[in-house]
Amino acid sequence: MSITLNTLVRVLAAMAFASAATPAVAVSEEDFKAAYATAEAAERQAGTLHNQWTTTEATLAASRKAAAAGNFDAAMSQAKEAEALAKASIFQANDEKERWKDVEVR
Amino acid sequence: MRVRPSRQLASNVVALVVMAAAAGLALAAETPDPAADLKAFQNFFTKKFPGVKLEDFVNGPYSMDEDMYRQWEEKEQFPPYEFALEAGKEMFSTPFGNGKTYADCFPNRGIGIRQNYPYFDEKEGKVVTLELALNRCREANGEAPLSYVNDEMASLTAYMAFTSRGKPMDIKVPNDPRALAAYENGKRYFYTRRGQLNFSCASCHVQSPGEHIRAEVLAPALGIVNALPIYRSEWSGMGTTSRRFVTCNSQTRAVPLEPQSDEYRDVEYFLSYVSNGLPISGPGARP
Amino acid sequence: MTSTIRVRATLNDDITEVQVLIQHPMDTGLVKNANGEIIPAHFIQQLSFQHNGRTVFLADWGPAVSKDPYVRFRFKGANKGDELNIRWVDNTGATDTTTAKIQ
Repeated sequence: MSITLNTLVRVLAAMAFASAATPAVAVSEEDFKAAYATAEAAERQAGTLHNQWTTTEATLAASRKAAAAGNFDAAMSQAKEAEALAKASIFQANDEKERWKDVEVR
Repeated sequence: MRVRPSRQLASNVVALVVMAAAAGLALAAETPDPAADLKAFQNFFTKKFPGVKLEDFVNGPYSMDEDMYRQWEEKEQFPPYEFALEAGKEMFSTPFGNGKTYADCFPNRGIGIRQNYPYFDEKEGKVVTLELALNRCREANGEAPLSYVNDEMASLTAYMAFTSRGKPMDIKVPNDPRALAAYENGKRYFYTRRGQLNFSCASCHVQSPGEHIRAEVLAPALGIVNALPIYRSEWSGMGTTSRRFVTCNSQTRAVPLEPQSDEYRDVEYFLSYVSNGLPISGPGARP
Repeated sequence: MTSTIRVRATLNDDITEVQVLIQHPMDTGLVKNANGEIIPAHFIQQLSFQHNGRTVFLADWGPAVSKDPYVRFRFKGANKGDELNIRWVDNTGATDTTTAKIQ
């Protein structure tokens, strides 16, 4: 149970940070690309752990769609959220490496 | 008190042996012990549901809920999987382009063997499931493999399960470190939380059988593979084991793995082994 | 060609119980395929059961009935060995019929 809460807290914190970062100047395409690359790298890492979330994939797709429409503000915030989700899934995978034994029927 | 030297030596030896045995036990806890797991798994469920006979666990939610049991009994008189079963029988007996049939690939001509799958292939060093074996048979005879999640594979495995109805699940985990590793990997996968919803297979099927998730009654993990493949009203059709694993993953918002990837084969291996002794009830019907 | 209708009719005392499983896609016409095209509506509109020239069960169906429909009902006034005639017609005008003996 504490694992769920911990993961949730991390995801929410990351999302709060992402949404709190309202830019004074519009987000540039370069900044978005950097943010997206970071998110994508995290998702790839989650992939090596065989633990990607469908919501991460959906958020990355939404980010790409916004960028394609030229809306880099939205694309940036989606990329940040995707990064947070990917990182949460990595945390989950690593944590569960030992945690699963706690619930094993013995 | 003065102890004779030989007795002192003996008691020292005993003490050493006891310590060695304790150390040995501690080491043994790290080595997989499928037989012990099986016993513990079956005991867990029979204790949790004392009113359910061991062999009835294979009926999933129907063994957990009286009203559902009555509906299921009626359904079994004229089961919705009849069409898939007939299609499967026809597929099974239709020769390949080269004149051979599925019967040529399997022991006992492919009849009444479903309860032996999955098995550990010592040459290949991996777990082989029935679905995988069927596609390998096709490819060995010049046919294109079937999708693991579509109707045709479901019909074929439905027929094969039907020829084994009533036979006890009989999975072997040989004393081969690779087989034990595959078994353990399957067990790990089963208990590991995944997806944004943070559920493991155990979250629903060990911790909450008989309870509701939205409108569905959850099935116990014991005997859960015995009923596969299943006709699901939700799917309006027959679905394979692969399909069930894939959809369970996406339902917890985890990106599913490729059908018949190692983890899926291994978890089917684990789940089948711990259900040894329970009868094959497939093909099944579920809500 | 094998019939799309599987039927079982059993007599107990004076009540005949009929169970029927019909193979039919029952497409609503509201679902799209993988290419985004609408799968055209294709469903049984009428299902009838006749015994001794009398209609004992008549159903007017629409797209709300699921794929491979199953029907179960009981009626009085039949004898063992009597024939039960079943017929369906769908929205494309296709039809199938079969006759079963009451056991």
